[in-house]
Amino acid sequence: MALPVDIEALDKAFSGIGVDEKSLISILTNSNEEHKKSLRKGSSKLFIEDAKGFERSDQSSIKILKHQFKRFRDAVMLSVLHPWERDARLIEKAIRKGPKHYNVIVEMACTRSSDQLLGARKAYHSLFHHSIEEHLVTHIKGRERKLLVALVSAYRFDGPGVNEDVAKSEAQILYEAINNGEKNKLLDHEDAIMILATRSKQHLQALYQHYNQSYDKTLAQDLEGEGILKDTVECLCTPQTYFTRVLEAAVKEDADEESKRALTRVIVTQKEQLVKEGFVPNKIQDILLGLYKDFMLASIASGDIK
Amino acid sequence: MATLIAPEHTSAVEDAEKLQKACKGWGTDEKAIISVLGHRNAVQRKQIRLAYEDLYQEDLIKRLESELSGDFEKAVYRWILDPADRDAVLANVAIKKLSPDHHVIVEISCTRSPEELLVVRRAYQARYKHSLEEDVAAHTKGDTRKLLVALVSAFRYDGEEINTRVANSEAKILHEAVKDKEFNHEEIIRILSTRSKMQLMATFNRYRDDHGTTITKNLEGDSGDEFLKTLRPTIRCLNDPKKYFEKVLRNSIRRVGTDEDALTRVIVTRAEKDLKDVKELYYKRNSVPLDQAVAKDTTGDYKALLLTLLGKED
Repeated sequence: MALPVDIEALDKAFSGIGVDEKSLISILTNSNEEHKKSLRKGSSKLFIEDAKGFERSDQSSIKILKHQFKRFRDAVMLSVLHPWERDARLIEKAIRKGPKHYNVIVEMACTRSSDQLLGARKAYHSLFHHSIEEHLVTHIKGRERKLLVALVSAYRFDGPGVNEDVAKSEAQILYEAINNGEKNKLLDHEDAIMILATRSKQHLQALYQHYNQSYDKTLAQDLEGEGILKDTVECLCTPQTYFTRVLEAAVKEDADEESKRALTRVIVTQKEQLVKEGFVPNKIQDILLGLYKDFMLASIASGDIK
Repeated sequence: MATLIAPEHTSAVEDAEKLQKACKGWGTDEKAIISVLGHRNAVQRKQIRLAYEDLYQEDLIKRLESELSGDFEKAVYRWILDPADRDAVLANVAIKKLSPDHHVIVEISCTRSPEELLVVRRAYQARYKHSLEEDVAAHTKGDTRKLLVALVSAFRYDGEEINTRVANSEAKILHEAVKDKEFNHEEIIRILSTRSKMQLMATFNRYRDDHGTTITKNLEGDSGDEFLKTLRPTIRCLNDPKKYFEKVLRNSIRRVGTDEDALTRVIVTRAEKDLKDVKELYYKRNSVPLDQAVAKDTTGDYKALLLTLLGKED
């Protein structure tokens, strides 16, 4: 007979992000058929009583488990690939998977340096025999297309020398676009898209400040609920906020698979930044399990990055 | 094929010395300048600039700018720059005009290879502390702006693969647009700015096969709105760049006053690329050799430099 503590341990080994490999080894290798039977009977999450008299796996739970086992593998892959290939593959996957994943495209286009984004575009050619913009227009028919194409095509200037007058007047253009009752047409607002897609990050950050000063709220606040537009502004102007938001969403109780995957992506791709900012994984470490947890925490442990 | 005649082995130091001698004292020996620079390729010209800087602690380009003037000076200045830097300068000049020269922006973004265009964008940033697309966006509006920004931002796939189904459907879309003159700008911009050049060629060929006439023929004329005026050179450059350059040359010479800017631009930017082919096209079309037409229409040192770049033996 399996003790309740064993059943609990089994459940716990699967109840986080990643799996507790050590715990599973200890439970299952010491388990004979009778023990396993009662484990199955006791684990209502993973097994259901089949009419033909056996404890059958719950397919949807098994699927979820597969994701959990994959996490370590995915983290390793993301970590070992050349950043250009890595980002190109992330973009291609996001395009294929649909609107819920477009924020990944925004993230790639807006949080990388101009040269890194160019690199990803080159890698995309080699890997997929098309340009990113070509795939975007082929696979995305919705209104997000314009903004996404513009963002991945950017080769922003990176340097000082912002024209504050222009930044201020463009803040006004954005304000009017958002607040003149045509919020749902923002994705079609040509001037707004041009500003967000062509201006340097320094310019946009200055614009962000002007917006805040002039209108007593931040541009991000004003874009609350506007999906990738808000993501765009955050990634370009306040990337820390964006990444913190993504990490916290990953560990929420009702987090979906995509949000959880974001955890791997952000930690692996942003690790230098996170270490520099002294990111402390308090809010996330409790839910991580096993080798995956080790990999994630070691990635962001402060200490010299060789 | 290029028209530039440049010896394989040159001495940058000797060349720099010759140029310094040409600029020394009162008056300038323009012939010496032409005889050196007019016979050096991009790599050699760069080495000369470095050698000159090394020897005389002076920027050769600035020196030449102060010594020379007029169309000759403009031509030498453009000729001596690195190709990418030159394109950046040409783009900036075109953008900053009161009435921007859209066709120059189209020309640069559509006739350079995808990699070359990337280098131009980098050179533009280094020079002007803005991105090329930023400046284009700030100086244009409407659908023309959308088209131009998309063209300068494109990083087309440079492979040979062609999808015939896509060629077919996009030829249809283009034909609809051209036929009705009701241009669905979004679709046109999408096709022309994202497809690879090989794919576009297949599409244009399909268009010709389906409708018995080339798409450029269907776009004939000089009139129309701003968008149409930018669309024409776009399609021409993507469809057949050499033919496009022949037309620019023909128009630049034919005008009552010569359009020196266009003449200089085409000769300087194509002399190391395909100017020979363009010359052949010019002769076929006009029954007059390009050299002859240029010689008739220009004078002095400016003429001498152009003819040298066109491949005139000394």
